[in-house]
Amino acid sequence: MNKLNRREFIKKTTNTAAISILPGVFLQTVNAKGADVKNRWGMLIDTRGCGDCKNECITACHSEHAVKSFDRPQTDSQWIRKVTVKNRKTSHTMALPIMCQHCEKPACVDVCPTGASFKRVDGIVLVDRHICIGCRYCMMACPYKARNFVHENLSEQNTISPRGKGTVEACTMCVHRIDKDGAKAKTACQQACPKNSIIFGDLNDKNSGISKKLKAMGARQIRADLNLNPAVLYQGLDL
Amino acid sequence: MSFFVSFAIHADDNNSYLPKAKAGTKCVEDRQIMRTNHMDLILHQRDKTMRDGKRDGRHSLKECINCHVTKNDKNEYPNIDSSQHFCNSCHTYVAVKTDCFSCHRSIPENKQVKK
Ligand code: SF4
Repeated sequence: MNKLNRREFIKKTTNTAAISILPGVFLQTVNAKGADVKNRWGMLIDTRGCGDCKNECITACHSEHAVKSFDRPQTDSQWIRKVTVKNRKTSHTMALPIMCQHCEKPACVDVCPTGASFKRVDGIVLVDRHICIGCRYCMMACPYKARNFVHENLSEQNTISPRGKGTVEACTMCVHRIDKDGAKAKTACQQACPKNSIIFGDLNDKNSGISKKLKAMGARQIRADLNLNPAVLYQGLDL
Repeated sequence: MSFFVSFAIHADDNNSYLPKAKAGTKCVEDRQIMRTNHMDLILHQRDKTMRDGKRDGRHSLKECINCHVTKNDKNEYPNIDSSQHFCNSCHTYVAVKTDCFSCHRSIPENKQVKK
C-alpha cells in the first residue's frame, strides 16, 4: 500500500511536474466508486443442504474464474472445496463448502514478505499476483487451507479473473461483481446454489439481508478460537 | 525514452505484421504517448483496479486487448503465442518479453481463439 500512497501524494503535490514528464499518467481521473471502508462484505452459508447436492457452487465458481482441472488432483486449484466431517462418537457426518474466509485479521497477509497478500478496505482478502513471488508462506499460514498455488501454465483465463503459474490464488468473493453491483451483487456460488444456502451481503449494514438473518438465527465461524474474525459464517455446523 | 520511440517507428518501417485495431475505434491516447508510456498507464490503472476496486478507468489492459487483438486472415484471434498478436508486433522486434499474459487473457473477452 505504501507505493500507492506515495503515488497519491505525488499526484496531489507535483501535478505540474508530472505533466511534463509523463503526459497522461497522472492526469486521468477515475470516477468509479470502488472499495469502501464502510462495507464489510461477507457470506452466510447454511450447511444443512450441503450433504446431498451436486457441488453446484464449486462448478459455478470454477467456471466464473476459469479454474480448470489438469487431472492432477494433488495440485489442481480448488477455490471452493467441499469438506465432509464426521463425529467419531456418533458417526454423524456433515458437509460444508470451504473457501477463503476473508478474515478481518488474515494470517496470509501477516506472513507475506512482499505485500502481495492484502486486504482491501472493504475486507476482501486478495493476492496481488504482480508482486507475488510464489513462496507459499500464505498457504502455510492459512488455517483454512483456502489458498492454492498454480502449478500449470495457463491460457485463456477469464478477463475478470487473471491467474497464472507460480502465484497463489483463492476465492475473491467475486470481487469483480461487487465492484460492479455493490450490495446488490451475488457471488457465483450464491447464484448457483439450488438450495439458496449461500447469502452474500454487507455485515456492517444492519438492514442487509445477511445481517437480518444473522440477527434472527445466529451463525458460527470456523475456528473462531483463532480470533481472525472471518467474514464467512456458517449455520448448521452441529455434529 | 526516445530510444524506444525510434525502435517502435522502425518496427513500422520494417513492415512487421501490425494488426489493425477494431474498426471504428480510437485509441484512448495519442499514438506517441502510447508507444512510450503504455506500461506506465497500465501499471497506474492496475493498482487502482486491484487495490481500490475502481474498474472503469480508461487505461485498462482489458480494453487494450478488446480493441487491438482482432481476427487474423484465418478468421482467428491470435493469442500471445502467435507472431500475429498485436503486442508481439513490437515486442518481438525489440526483444522485450511480455509477462502480462502468463496471468491475463491475451484475446478479447468472451471470444475464443478459433471460431
Ligand atoms: S505466495 Fe505470494 S501472496 Fe503468498 S506469501 Fe508468498 S508472496 Fe505473499
